[in-house]
Amino acid sequence: MSARTGLEMTRTLPEEATVRPAPVRPSRWSRLRRSLRSNWQLYLLAAPALIFFLIFNYVPMYGAQIAFKDFIASQGIWGSDWTGFKHFERFFDSFYFWRLLRNTLVLSVYQVILFPLPIILALALNEVKNVFFKRFAQTLTYAPHFVSLVVVVGMLFAFLDPRTGLVNHVIGFVGLGPIQFMQDPDWFRHLYVWSGVWQTLGWSTIIYLAALAGVNPELHQAAEVDGANRLQRIRHVNIPAIMPTVMVLFILDFGSFMSVGFEKVLLMNNSLNSSTSDVIQTFVYETGLLQGQYSYAAAVGLFDSVINIILLVGVNQLARRYSENSLW
Amino acid sequence: MRTKNETVKDDKHRMDGTRVVHKAVASRDDRWFDRINTAFLIGVVLVIGYPLWFVLIASISDPQAVESGKVWIWPVDFTIDGYLRVFAENSIWIGYRNTIVYTLVGVALHLCLVLPCAYALSRQYMAGRTAVTWYILFTMLFSGGIVPTYLVVKDLGMLDTMWAVVVPGAAGAWSILVGRAFFKQTVPNELAESAKVDGASDIQIFFRIAIPLSAPIIATLALFHGVGLWNEYFKALIYLSERDKFTLQLVLRELLVVSQEASQGEAGSADSLVEQQRLASLIKYAVMIVASLPLLIVYPFLQRFFTQGVLIGSVKE
Repeated sequence: MSARTGLEMTRTLPEEATVRPAPVRPSRWSRLRRSLRSNWQLYLLAAPALIFFLIFNYVPMYGAQIAFKDFIASQGIWGSDWTGFKHFERFFDSFYFWRLLRNTLVLSVYQVILFPLPIILALALNEVKNVFFKRFAQTLTYAPHFVSLVVVVGMLFAFLDPRTGLVNHVIGFVGLGPIQFMQDPDWFRHLYVWSGVWQTLGWSTIIYLAALAGVNPELHQAAEVDGANRLQRIRHVNIPAIMPTVMVLFILDFGSFMSVGFEKVLLMNNSLNSSTSDVIQTFVYETGLLQGQYSYAAAVGLFDSVINIILLVGVNQLARRYSENSLW
Repeated sequence: MRTKNETVKDDKHRMDGTRVVHKAVASRDDRWFDRINTAFLIGVVLVIGYPLWFVLIASISDPQAVESGKVWIWPVDFTIDGYLRVFAENSIWIGYRNTIVYTLVGVALHLCLVLPCAYALSRQYMAGRTAVTWYILFTMLFSGGIVPTYLVVKDLGMLDTMWAVVVPGAAGAWSILVGRAFFKQTVPNELAESAKVDGASDIQIFFRIAIPLSAPIIATLALFHGVGLWNEYFKALIYLSERDKFTLQLVLRELLVVSQEASQGEAGSADSLVEQQRLASLIKYAVMIVASLPLLIVYPFLQRFFTQGVLIGSVKE
């Protein structure tokens, strides 16, 4: 409202418009001032959370500048000397750079390839008519989501123990020798990714099932009249109906592409499988928090965050160009 | 129920000869589809359920029977020694107590930060709320990283206190967006505005009108955050070093991961590790159950709130 009166004023007083080219802005500020006066309690209600984000999200972002400095605790973040891109160069030139990058990317790509699995499970669950069985299958497949990472990795260690583990007993029957799964760099990626599938498969179906529940039944009836069988109806009615959801979740996945689930990697990582299990974030943890090379680790971490945001924006841009579905 | 449905449909189609043929072919296909689909889902249920079932039966079987591969479908040489050992272990008790305390305090803090902010942002008459929303959303897109966050926690003097586990991450952009979407629906702006005309203040409206209506969102947010805190190990790992502050997950990590790593690897084990390995082989399955059971028992009854959270959280702006 007040923005429009501002515009009318520029029309009647053209000389003033050249002096103040943005007549909308002051009116927005005055609106804010008025709102602050009459709704100050709303701002008070929001304040604790906003201060929280300032301290625990924005101060660390400000602190990330130590990546371009030689951080000395006694001089503080601001007082330490600038060193430009020294730490980044050291990281890019190090012998482990390509190994870390490759390990991180392989894990991420491996997970992205398995992106359709929960969609398939949701489509299958959606076809079940027996309400009891459907509910049972849903509840059971959600269960691993509630098991902690530590217990999941503990289960891997217990099941895959070369001497006492269940899996090695089974492959022992077939005459295959015990495999040192948890120490074997060749096994790490499969174990990491598939234990993740075990844990998240059911939970990830929730959102697709909701999208499927919203499919217009008339579409199905029409397809049925045209003689489409169930498989054809899934392909031509259900899948197109959930595509927007699929796209949005797919894009969101790229926001954490480079971070992989490093808390789990860290639990599974050991000196014997490190050639495939060292990823960028575990490296940040080790150099930064265990060895205290704050600036160097912050640089590596910043590199990771920047790649993440570039990927997210880039993938969203692609999605916007080639389909109607994107985050923004 | 299904057969009845089909006969009804067949009746309808009998009037038109060609469609009966289509229908017959389709329903034969569909019966096969149902069989294959059911078989597939039973397979998925077995694959996902078996590891959990095995942990359960292994926890009440004789450890020797488990380790020699005799335990398979049912418990062998039933015993609850594992559980007795778990409950005799002091570090597990301390971890359990700490985890419960941290989870309760953390959830309370989470709600105190998230609910008021979510309510404020849901009021259309709050000028500048778009800017504030972006301020919050940006924390989802970009983070300073582990090291700068660690330095902040350290500078605040939170190291080795409960607060290091509970405070960082106490508010999250996702929770605020979920809460905002809820308040937008349940407390209409007109209602709040007319209450203001009648002389109520925003804080009064929040506590007297919004909060009494928000049991479902409180449950959803508390459960999501509570599960996260219960299962959290990384914050405890980097911020805590005194054993009497350790969380359950940190104690589990020592028992289930660190000691196993050492026993399966070639690393020469220290005495304390050997002790832990012996203990671990006796109690590892029981301890997994003890740590996970509270959540596994509770969630089927609260599933509604969890799915609701996932769904509100996914609503695009």
